[in-house]
Order: sequence, then structure tokens, then C-alpha cells
Amino acid sequence: MFDVNSVLSERATSLKPSGIRKFFDILDEMKGVVSLTVGQPDFVTPWHIREAGIKSLEEGRTYYTSNAGLLDFRTEISSYQKRRFGLEYDPKTEIIVTVGGSEAIDIAFRAVLNTGDEVIIPEPCFVCYAPLVTMCGGKPVSLPLEEKDEFKLTPEKLKSVLSPRTKAIVLAFPNNPTGAIMTKEDLEAVSEVIEKTNAVIVSDEIYGELTYGTKHTSIASIGNMRERTIVIGGFSKAYAMTGWRLGYTLAPKEFTVQMLKLHQYGIMCAPTTSQYAAIQALKNGDDDIEYMKAEYDKRRRLITSRLEEIGLRCFMPYGAFYVFPNVSEFGMTSEQFCERLLYERNTAIVPGSAFGECGEGFARISYAYSVRHIEKALNNIEDFVNDLRK
Amino acid sequence: MERSLLKLLEQDARLTDKQIAVMLGKEVGDIKKMIEEYEKEGTILGYRAVIDWDKVGNETVSALIELKITPQKDRGFDHVAERICNYDEVKSVYLMSGGFDLALFIAGKTMREVAYFVVEKLAPLEFVTSTATHFILHKYKEEGILFAPSKEDARTNVL
Repeated sequence: MFDVNSVLSERATSLKPSGIRKFFDILDEMKGVVSLTVGQPDFVTPWHIREAGIKSLEEGRTYYTSNAGLLDFRTEISSYQKRRFGLEYDPKTEIIVTVGGSEAIDIAFRAVLNTGDEVIIPEPCFVCYAPLVTMCGGKPVSLPLEEKDEFKLTPEKLKSVLSPRTKAIVLAFPNNPTGAIMTKEDLEAVSEVIEKTNAVIVSDEIYGELTYGTKHTSIASIGNMRERTIVIGGFSKAYAMTGWRLGYTLAPKEFTVQMLKLHQYGIMCAPTTSQYAAIQALKNGDDDIEYMKAEYDKRRRLITSRLEEIGLRCFMPYGAFYVFPNVSEFGMTSEQFCERLLYERNTAIVPGSAFGECGEGFARISYAYSVRHIEKALNNIEDFVNDLRK
Repeated sequence: MERSLLKLLEQDARLTDKQIAVMLGKEVGDIKKMIEEYEKEGTILGYRAVIDWDKVGNETVSALIELKITPQKDRGFDHVAERICNYDEVKSVYLMSGGFDLALFIAGKTMREVAYFVVEKLAPLEFVTSTATHFILHKYKEEGILFAPSKEDARTNVL
């Protein structure tokens, strides 16, 4: 009598499963693979941060916090943002602590989208934006970025997809998977275009602490962009805290009021233990960030130099912990390239096509791995590429 | 720059000059020269592996010895410490603040051998006023390296 297929949400069923899942399923089955696929730090959360979480449990701090998160915590987030990026947000009315950056992105979209609203999503990018927009009844408009622009968003590109239905623009820099960043000048150029629209900016700055040789600039610090921007921040990448699931939104009160309702009905509050740990991170973790960043930077130099030796073209990434080399010369799709590399050399990297159609011809290599591990994988890639060129 | 080169080597002395050069954004030649200079002036004193000898069944016994010393006229503790450094059994010697003067790390094949060394060699020295021997039962961490690191990469591919 009961027909399960007839009761499922059309929006949910219309979502395509992440294309990369198939590749990861193969990967998970194989033994002894030298993998450069993981998108999270190889560092364990610094001990003093973990200890603060443990201490909060010992003290019996096991209750809900206020919906928006501990006020002390939001106050620390506010001073951290000012100290590190020059942004000013009121802890009481403009900050919500969320379950990871992911939830923050979700409530940002849900707070602004109506059915049929278009959201411009520059690609390649992390896979969550389009499905989340779809679930709000919005229409994801993918905007292919190009290698020749170092995968930056340019004013011309942005203009080409703006429409009267444009409700929001996603900015995800430093970028996963490309490692691209947007400098202050780059942001100023696109903000001149955005200024003439009524579009909201959802700026995912989860990798904001991981830039090399240049400091991250938030679009919210450019001109009068702050009033239309929802900044997404978090602890996963900067403090190696992925498993703690902790992020936040920074946004003017009008946005925050709406997002807080969604957060409070859907989530209640972010995990209490994680919030206590993260207070410690914000108070005493600046050195940890510098240490980890310096480590990533050495590996970034190493990996780009090896790719150059191998002859795989790769633009110099200045952010996150990924490189995005061009693998199009071998007459295969990036998925075929990565599958053969996996089968023939037991080495795994992620096909660029997983991050949008314009990622075709590229592959994402993570350098959140030890130097020795990176060298081993790159040796295998070199052998594989040399074989293909024979 | 100086510090980052030394830190890299302290972390992993097996990196090649070329790897180091790339990682620090320098020329290989410069790195070679700097390392030679450090070796010459004694900033870099040596290169060693940290080995878990239990893994190869080569069991050794090590002990931490606390020594109380009568300082020597005009020469303080240095002369005494230098004398003690001469023994091959003595792996490390530190001058300490607090309840005793010198801390030594001693390694031997057996407990008996270590005990013999303390009783027969160290204790009789005329300037040594007392010894306390603490045998090391298990090593967890040495020079920042864990003796039983978790080998599995516990991270999963989420996307």
C-alpha cells in the first residue's frame, strides 16, 4: 500500500549525488593507496584547545548554550575578526555560532532565497552550494572561472551572468579546490559591479587564515559591501578542528535575525563542548595558526615545484591547502586520469570535474600531508605521467 | 630564515638540500653553504635517527641519575661535568636547578651494568656527594617523537 517513492521530496530527489562519491567508494575499497585526496588538516587539534574542551566536560558544562552561542564566545569571535581581518561585528546582534561552516552556508541561503531566485556560484568550488540553493527553491547559476585568470572571479565574468533575478553571489576564497585567492584589488573590482545590483554576497571564508605571502581580505571590508554580505567563518581549517563542527555567520542584524530563527528551530545550538574549546583557540591559538600555516606553505612550495618538474601545468595557488594542476594533455577526462592513476600507481587525487564542469581537465591535490607522503605520491604521479607520454 | 632552516633540519635531517631550498624559497647553493657554515661553527653538532631499539629486540636499560656535587674551587661545576662526560656510558649531562646538581642519562645493556657503573665509577668520584638512580621503565616520547605513533590516517574523504 505504502509507496515510499511517491512520498519523497521532489527537491531532495532532484539533487544529484555528489559525483565524487563513486570515486571515493573505489578508493575506500583499495588497500595501501597513497592518497592526496583529503580536504582536512593533517594536524590534530592543538592540545591546549582539546584540553579546554575536556575541562568544560569535567566542570559539567553539558547543557545547551544560548541559541546564537555562548556570548563570551561570540565576543571572542568578534575581537578575533577585528584583530585578524579588521572586521567589526556586534557579538550580541550580528554573530551566530553554527554547526560548522556548512550550516552557516545553509541558513544564509535559506534566510534570503525565495522560489526562483538565482544564486551565482563561481566554479570550480566546494560541492555544497548548488544543492543547498536548490533545496531553498532557488536556481543555482554556475559561473565557470578560468585557469588563465588564476581561477579568480573577474568583473567581466560576473557581469555576464547577472540578471534581474540574481539574489545572491557566492564568493568562496581562498578556494577549495583551486587554491585561488582574491586580493583586495580583485575584490574592489568585482564590488564595483556588485554595487550596482541588489545582490547579497555569501562569502565563505573558511580558509581565510590559510593564505601564503599575502593576508586574506574579506569582501565585507571593501567599500560598503558589508551591508549586503554574510560572512561564513569557522574553526575547521584554521585550528584543525574539523570534527568539532563549529562555524559562524557574521552579518548585519537584519540577516542575523532571520538566520537565527532557522538555526534555533533546526539546530538549537552548536555543541557546547566545542564552543568552550574554541574560546581557548581564539584566545591563545594565534601561534598555532602561524605554525600550521608555515608548514602548509613549505609543502605548497614543494608540491608546485615537483609539478613543474613533472611538467604538469599548475598556476601558483596562494590559499587553502590545494593545488589544481592541468591534466588535460593526455586525452582523457580528469576522472579517467584519476582512475587510471589509482589503478596503475595506487595513488589518489581528486578529479577536477567533481567541483563543477569547468573543473574538467584538472585535478585537485591536497597537501595536508607530511612531506614524505607528498614526495611518495608525487613520485608515483611522475612515473604515471612519464608512462602516458611514452 | 636562519631559524626556519635549522627548524626544518631539526624536524627531519634527511631532507635533501634541494627539498629544503624549494620549501624555503632559496637557491640550493645558498642552502648548501649555510649548512656547511653551521656545521663548521658548531651550531649543527650532528645528525641522528631516533630509534626504538625495543622494535629490533635490542633491549637496553637506561637510567636517570641525580648527582650532588661539591663544586671545585675556581672551576665550579664545569670541570666535574666535563670529567663525567668522558664516560661512554653517559649519554647526556645537564646542570640542574633545584634539589641536585647534575642530571645524567646513562645507558647500559643490563640493569646490573648500569648499577655497576654508578656504584663503581660515579659514586667514588671525590667530588660526588650523593647519587640517586631512577631506571627508565618505558619511553613514550623522545625529542618530540612519539614511540607508538598512530599509523593509520584516520581522516575520511567527505564531500
